[in-house]
Amino acid sequence: MSADNPTRRDFMRAGIAAGAGLTIAVYLPGCTRRAAVVSGPPFEPNAWLRIGTDGVVTVVVDKSEMGQGVLTSLPQMIMEELDGDWATVKVEEAPAGPQYVNPAFGLQGTGGSTSVSSSMVPLREAGAKARAMLVAAAAQKWGIEPAACSTGNGYVLETGKGRKLSYGELTVAAAAMPVPEKVTLKDPKDFKLIGKPVKRLDLKGKVNGTAGFGIDAHTEGMLVAVVARAPVLGASVTGFDDKAALAVPGVKRVVQIDSGVAVVATGYWAATKGRDALQVSWSKSPMAGVSSADLSAKLKALSSKPGVTARHDGDAAGALRRAAKRVEATYEVPYLAHATMEPMNCAASVQADKCTVWAPTQFQSGQGIGVQGIAAKLTGLPESAVTVHTTFLGGGFGRRFELDFVIDAVQVSKAISGPVKVIWPREDDVRHDLFRPASYSTLAAGLDASNKPVAWSQTIVCPSIMSRFTSVFGPLPKGLDSSSVEGAANIAYAIPNLHFGWVNAEFGVPIGFWRSVGNSQNAFVAEGFIDEVAHAAGADPYEFRRDLLAGAARHRGVLELAAHKAGWGTPLPAGRARGIAVVESFGSYVAEVAEVSIENGKVRVHKVVCAVDCGVVVNPGIVAAQMESAIVYGLTAALYGKITLENGAVVQGNFDTYPVLRISEMPVVEVHIVPSTEAPGGVGEPGTPPIAPAVVNAIFALTGQRIRSLPIVLQDQKV
Amino acid sequence: MARFTLNGRPVESSAAPDTPLLWVIREDLQLTGTKFGCGIGQCGACTVHLDGVAVRSCQLPVSTVEGKHILTIEGLSANGEHPLQLAWIEEQVPQCGYCQSGQIMSAAALLAATPKPTDADIDSAMSGNICRCGTYQRIRKAVHRAAGGAA
Repeated sequence: MSADNPTRRDFMRAGIAAGAGLTIAVYLPGCTRRAAVVSGPPFEPNAWLRIGTDGVVTVVVDKSEMGQGVLTSLPQMIMEELDGDWATVKVEEAPAGPQYVNPAFGLQGTGGSTSVSSSMVPLREAGAKARAMLVAAAAQKWGIEPAACSTGNGYVLETGKGRKLSYGELTVAAAAMPVPEKVTLKDPKDFKLIGKPVKRLDLKGKVNGTAGFGIDAHTEGMLVAVVARAPVLGASVTGFDDKAALAVPGVKRVVQIDSGVAVVATGYWAATKGRDALQVSWSKSPMAGVSSADLSAKLKALSSKPGVTARHDGDAAGALRRAAKRVEATYEVPYLAHATMEPMNCAASVQADKCTVWAPTQFQSGQGIGVQGIAAKLTGLPESAVTVHTTFLGGGFGRRFELDFVIDAVQVSKAISGPVKVIWPREDDVRHDLFRPASYSTLAAGLDASNKPVAWSQTIVCPSIMSRFTSVFGPLPKGLDSSSVEGAANIAYAIPNLHFGWVNAEFGVPIGFWRSVGNSQNAFVAEGFIDEVAHAAGADPYEFRRDLLAGAARHRGVLELAAHKAGWGTPLPAGRARGIAVVESFGSYVAEVAEVSIENGKVRVHKVVCAVDCGVVVNPGIVAAQMESAIVYGLTAALYGKITLENGAVVQGNFDTYPVLRISEMPVVEVHIVPSTEAPGGVGEPGTPPIAPAVVNAIFALTGQRIRSLPIVLQDQKV
Repeated sequence: MARFTLNGRPVESSAAPDTPLLWVIREDLQLTGTKFGCGIGQCGACTVHLDGVAVRSCQLPVSTVEGKHILTIEGLSANGEHPLQLAWIEEQVPQCGYCQSGQIMSAAALLAATPKPTDADIDSAMSGNICRCGTYQRIRKAVHRAAGGAA
């Protein structure tokens, strides 16, 4: 093999070579000015930034970049208060460390749509404190009061006079200044970066191929492993014969780890061939006879149990008995895989006294629990000896909060005493996912004689994700997993009598966080059912919701905006109809209007109008992109998403059997952002919950068919 | 031993003849911009050009590219300034970015054959490229922009 090998250099530039974290230098076109480099240590006032003597500001981002734009939106917060020069900002992924604990969880990780909301105050303060120290340093040099100074674009200026000093010239003096205890943050009217559609800082490498993802990690001598995993969920290795595998050219080692038997080779192709040649015997799993139809029947059976009360307002049972009209329905959704574009993978190098992990992870944490924590446990090393390099993530969606792919890499590296990258074939990625739970709901609503809703009673049956984490977070409060009922139990409609119950259905199928978690299924149920109730009341589904949201200003705000922008009530071409849904999740309010038709017996979504109120907006371009993204993710699930089991094995394996939305099916998506001064909410997930109900409600308006299970199956395909 | 041209340079591969070109490019030649997504030609993340035609490199045994010209994302332009790359940034297309090398390579082959594509042309040429972040709307705009049309 010979080539001029320009790639090694490219890889170094992309910054995931051994010993380096993910660092991206950003020099915007036309902004090549850089001060002459003077030697000296950088000014490093806190964990979030440092300023070199060349004036370049490096912002340390503690959230994983998985497409949601944190490598841009978080630096915007710091640079806003710092008054730094945006044109030369550099960004770098934080290492694992206690200073980077996400206040939303008490652990270091990225999830729950918390990146902006949890960072806004700490990062703005970090920038403001650094600025104050630079100002103090300049004031001291000039012998004037700090109040006589101003800042802008990487300089301290003597207000109204000509003198100025660049931040780079002030690094040494600023480092000697005391860190202010309190700082005054900017008035939002003075924002230059926050609220602006600043261009993303991570795109150059993403269009020229140099962006380094987990799967691109490489160090000298790194081998590649593929794992033979249990064909039936829950089975474990009872023995294996590696003769044929070791005979495959390129295969170096075969080692047993927790997830199966790893075949270690010089490259991926040899490793997969080795795995195919490997003979593994597996234990009989309790899941061996289990199929989706059995699980579905069990969910239904459990729905007759009273369950744990999630919400109880008034007397729903009594009000239902007295109601003039009752509406009843059952809804069901399947397990779903995440199917991130980059299949699961991780690289690790375990040595006698240290361990290095290159991970496309949402969960770097130490404290015995995240990547750093689990690597320390597996190697017997202290957490301080474990270095975690966060790479770019080729999609996260909650899947990369898990540690299974990290455990694979650390265990294999430890077993072979050398660096290794474990890559999951797509089929492993789908079949050995931790799935969005299946869920079943029974509902009853009551209307009085004037068609006003007086009662809503719902029982939700589904497995509990949070039950997996009781050793970390303690037992479920009052026996309730609130993530199992979110999106339904918190409906904002003014219905006087409400009851929500939850029955935990533990089936042994691995489950995990999937974009918007419980909202992903419960909003489909609740927003589908409120549409049914509106129809039973003879009301327009938009007007019906609007009336019931009189006391919920932000819900109502986005509902009205989406309806207005979509032209709700105005005529559409023949064969098309609109559906609407509104959901609050992760502190943000999103309404969506979907316009659909049926073409060749298939649902076609032509247009989605989305209105979002996510509080203060840091980057409207990124907010719009996240809404588009969340809509596509939810629409894929609504149209296609289904993981089924047959005899304990997952049927689907790749994009041929687990299809996802393609460009030819992409609706026009319009995003309208509500101006707001409220505290920031999330934007990664809240766009997902409303899309499935908006689409099924449109199908009802078009065809009279009420879709109560996903993925959507049309009963009458002649429409 | 397969000999072919990669981004204008002659290379040779001693990989097993059935090794997909994808892994030869990524692992042996260390050009990691071309991505692995599915291994069955369903997702398009591994798209490269074979004598100017967009192909899925996960489906091409290296033995079949003997004497051919292969172009990857790294060879598309000298400085990342192919009209599509510029349009991709102008329209802020990528999110996670993992699929985007493949998207751009498919779009480049489209524009080479159809300099002024319609939406239908784009859908047809780009439907083999999956994006789980849902950047499709901006991809359409960026292709039009690169083609010199209204973005």
